[in-house]
Amino acid sequence: MRHFPRFLALLAAIILAGCGKPDFSDAEKKTVASLALSTLPSLKPDSTNRFADVPAAAALGSTLFFDQGMSRDGTVSCSTCHKIDRQFQDDLPQAVGVGHTNRRTMPLAGVARDPWFFWDGRRDSLWAQALTPLENPLEQAGNRTAYAHYMKTRFGERYERIFGPLPDFSGMPLNASPLGTDAEKAAWNAMSDTQRNALNGVYANIGKAIAAFERSIEPAPTRFDRFALDLGTGAEAKGDAAFSQEEILGLKLFIGKANCVTCHNGPRFTDNSFHNTGVPPVADLPPDRGRIDAVRQVEADPFNCLGAYRDGDASACGELRFMVKDGPQLIRAYKTPSLRGAATRPPYMHAGQFSSLEEVVAHYAKAAPSVEGTSEIHPLELSDRERAALVAFLKTLTE
Amino acid sequence: MASLWRYLLAGLGLAALLVGILAVVYLTAPRSSQPAGPDVSRTKNTDNGLFVASFLPERGVVRQGELESWLLTLKTKAGAPVEGAAIAISGGMPQHNHGLPTSPQATDYLGDGRYRIEGVKFTMSGWWQLHFAISATAGSDTVLFNVVL
Repeated sequence: MRHFPRFLALLAAIILAGCGKPDFSDAEKKTVASLALSTLPSLKPDSTNRFADVPAAAALGSTLFFDQGMSRDGTVSCSTCHKIDRQFQDDLPQAVGVGHTNRRTMPLAGVARDPWFFWDGRRDSLWAQALTPLENPLEQAGNRTAYAHYMKTRFGERYERIFGPLPDFSGMPLNASPLGTDAEKAAWNAMSDTQRNALNGVYANIGKAIAAFERSIEPAPTRFDRFALDLGTGAEAKGDAAFSQEEILGLKLFIGKANCVTCHNGPRFTDNSFHNTGVPPVADLPPDRGRIDAVRQVEADPFNCLGAYRDGDASACGELRFMVKDGPQLIRAYKTPSLRGAATRPPYMHAGQFSSLEEVVAHYAKAAPSVEGTSEIHPLELSDRERAALVAFLKTLTE
Repeated sequence: MASLWRYLLAGLGLAALLVGILAVVYLTAPRSSQPAGPDVSRTKNTDNGLFVASFLPERGVVRQGELESWLLTLKTKAGAPVEGAAIAISGGMPQHNHGLPTSPQATDYLGDGRYRIEGVKFTMSGWWQLHFAISATAGSDTVLFNVVL
């Protein structure tokens, strides 16, 4: 019997090794693999913006992105809210530009892969998106005519090298826009169609340059991706790629009982779609009905895919052509945000309603009905341990 | 020699234990696929038997999250192509109680009873339903196709 202790030790070692190795079903492994960053396809060309992959355009776009001259009072740039060292967001419940807006700033990693922009999808391309805050009185608060003049004065040569000659500005007002003040609207209406079209063309090019820059902002691999890679190959996870029991439980809940993966799917953890999940409105903010109101806005946008300023042909406009235009499911529906990096950028939801991931998980577990429209989510029985595990898993989606 | 036997016995015991553990793990593992899924056949008689309809992805594969074109082929019972049909499409995910994320439309008639259905997009894995209301000179009928991703 002198070998018995050795036998016991061997048995213990085998059992312990079995416990340490995460145990996933084939279906679970398949789902985990579908979430890994390694499955993210390379960025598709954007045929609606023929400058999308032109380096000089991206360089000009980057200059414009950080330039506070791109605002009415010279104090606000894209980077005021999309902070480069903060995942291109601002940590505030609602963005503050020239004024206080009613929506949370969205981070930009992988933004060029979105079919719809803003929380409600009121724009259908990255370049059309970039134009919207420039004229929003609460954000950069400028007007397209002033931006076109600024382009000529400040960046004339760089602009013309990329986009060709700027229009003749003689006889054009300094400030004019169909979306501006009454005086700016009057000035806009007083111009000829040719002048308005020329200004819109310059304005669209500003958006196309900024979009070319933003295409370079991509998600980085996280602890989860290293774990997923090892799970896929069957290699033993080492270092920070090894998940704790709590993180494994959280991942299993995420792709299982908690149904998170229903909407937060694919390598960006988003279905790029709009859902009412019963997130409550914020008191004192203007009424916000989400997607239902954005449909008319994107249809009316002269810079949308079916408009005159798109490059390429209309075959790129499928999302706009086949969008759902009506229906109760659009009421208070907001875009599914990516969860990559979410753990380090509270507050959460479209108006920063929740200050921690714990609150977010509690909201989805409770599934309170929506103030308007119908919430798609259903109550979940989650123990305190399971809630903590979900939060622990979400934290693995950071570098 | 006795110790060798003991090693062999211990080895056998361990192997049996391992088989036991594996069996328990396998038997208690959650079943992800439903045993009886919806009917996913790609060719069906329409609900009132007016037409035979086939619904297939134009490029042969279905990819989650992408706008895709599908082909709806309509034939009469006798096998003649149904031409000039008006087609209305609706659908959704019955288990999630929501509709389609896009509004697919019949955009082209390709001849031989084939209609191109553009704007089909499945944003989630799971059970989707596409419902077609078909109106042609022979009459009106409906058909439902299930797609499971």
